[in-house]
Amino acid sequence: MTQLESELKLKRDGYEVVYQRPHTLVDVPNRYCPGCGHSVVHRVLMEVVEEMNIQSETIGVAPVGCTVFAYDYLDVDMQGAAHGRATAVATGIKRMLPDKFVFTYQGDGDLAAIGTAETIHTANRGENILIIFINNGIYGMTGGQMAPTTILGATTSTSPAGRSLELHGHPLKITELIAQLPGAAYVTRQSVHKPGNVRKFKKALLKSLQLQRDKAGLCLIEVVSNCPSNWKMTPIESNRWMEENIMPEYPLGDLKVPSTKES
Amino acid sequence: MGETVLMKGNEALAKAAILAGCDGYFGYPITPQSEILEYISRELPKAGGVMIQAESELAAINMVYGAAGAGARVMTSSSSPGISLMQEGISYLASAELPCLVVNVNRGGPGLGTIQPSQSDYFQATRGGGHGDYRTIVLAPASVQEMADFTYLAFDLADKYRMPVMILADGALGQMMEKVTFPDYDPDEHKLPKPWATVGKPPDRERNIITSLYIEPEHMEEINLKLQQKYRQIEQEEVRWEEIETGDADIILVAFGLAARISRKVIELARESGLRVGLLQPVSLYPFPSPRLHQLASQAQLMLTVEMNAGQMVEDVRLAVAGQTRVEFYGRTGGMIPAPEEVWEYLNQLLENNTSGTGQPVARNMEGAQP
Repeated sequence: MTQLESELKLKRDGYEVVYQRPHTLVDVPNRYCPGCGHSVVHRVLMEVVEEMNIQSETIGVAPVGCTVFAYDYLDVDMQGAAHGRATAVATGIKRMLPDKFVFTYQGDGDLAAIGTAETIHTANRGENILIIFINNGIYGMTGGQMAPTTILGATTSTSPAGRSLELHGHPLKITELIAQLPGAAYVTRQSVHKPGNVRKFKKALLKSLQLQRDKAGLCLIEVVSNCPSNWKMTPIESNRWMEENIMPEYPLGDLKVPSTKES
Repeated sequence: MGETVLMKGNEALAKAAILAGCDGYFGYPITPQSEILEYISRELPKAGGVMIQAESELAAINMVYGAAGAGARVMTSSSSPGISLMQEGISYLASAELPCLVVNVNRGGPGLGTIQPSQSDYFQATRGGGHGDYRTIVLAPASVQEMADFTYLAFDLADKYRMPVMILADGALGQMMEKVTFPDYDPDEHKLPKPWATVGKPPDRERNIITSLYIEPEHMEEINLKLQQKYRQIEQEEVRWEEIETGDADIILVAFGLAARISRKVIELARESGLRVGLLQPVSLYPFPSPRLHQLASQAQLMLTVEMNAGQMVEDVRLAVAGQTRVEFYGRTGGMIPAPEEVWEYLNQLLENNTSGTGQPVARNMEGAQP
């Protein structure tokens, strides 16, 4: 039975549907690990696309990382990009189709290591795109190596003794860097580990896409997220560890909002 | 036909791209092709197109990927070191079957090399250049007129076969001025519908996905076989070459681009001395005119390739000739351009020394050095 058929059956049987999968999210099981933030971010993004009624105007870019198969789940036109090049690909799309909604969905390795130049220059050009930046401080897909955003002391498969300042340098606060650029209109750091945070994240998405409609400039939403599998924790432990250790380094909240006049 | 004007090769190519309906250009400055992006940045916006000077060749080729995937007619241009940086993106474009034009105004390498003209990117261009089993159609102009003509052709071939098409010109062709005539060409009659493009999914179709990721090996093999089938079709239908005085020739020069123009002068010198010398000039370097070379080998006692590199195309000539006749090579490297007289002198040495060749490429690396 398709999702639509089951909804109609429920209505026939006298039930009211109060909560359901957005129609813009493909009805297949995803491959994400239990407790991972990706599936929540996917769902909320597609809720917003459905509520704004922009499915037919939205194009997404999924580069290399755990979300390399995002196009299996997000029911919008999508392009897979080379590692680190999502914002360049998105620039190409947006410049050809300036009235469409374009987003990238990137991890910390993609956005803040191999793609740093593209990230900064895309923001500096003020490209009217939305970057969704998942920061879980680890290379998830390749099995848990150190990321540019890994906090000091954190153990990964390539920092077995913990990230060391002397050897690896500081965790890169790229979102703070982007917020300094005049081309960036709205830069915010969110999370999806609690219902209240999910609601705030959804508001940030709505705001970003409205700003994109107004051609206000680049919008970036960093989502501080977890990686239970590679952190080797249960989902609950990972969320607790994230709150206690990562969020002090990457505090949640807006880093840049458009002035009232602009918005 | 349109107007005839005196123009630099790079500018003629850029003007032709605009007349061919280029929607977007993404590039990065590098000598000796910067006139292309300068001309485009001045003229493309007037024609309604978009020019972005990217932060790197990496970004430029990936902007091309995104824009091509959005269904636009797009291009980039660079020169050898920049083209090396673009190879990752060209591999992705080939796999995702996205049409685009990539122009390489070849300078001497390896490394940072020299800004002087060269044909040393032949291997890189004709073998795909990046990772994986793929090819790009490669067109080699030999005049400013062909810099323009092949631009229209390249866009059309890219659309027809859904693949990157490369124009491989050497730095001299980009920099020299010649007369050029721009043909009447209506892009709307040439641009093909692109129902696969990501332009936003209407309710009545499945979402379009542009990707080069096929994690299951069975699926990846299928994609490879499909690409190879396309390449076999191209090898049947898109081989282009020119012949000069091959009818009675028992010595055949093989050369492309600027080296082919030099070779035409060698033919004049040889014919004045009573030698029957002709030229086969590959115009498409991939697909290579192997079948025609194989035919010509049966009438030739000697084939001499003339290249501005250390001996690259000669390998394809040897493969095509398959041992039927003697194949020799003359080349200059590092941005040096061979003079017709030195090729003629080398040809005479080869004829005097009538034993079979060593089979090894010989290059003169310095003025006056003996092969």
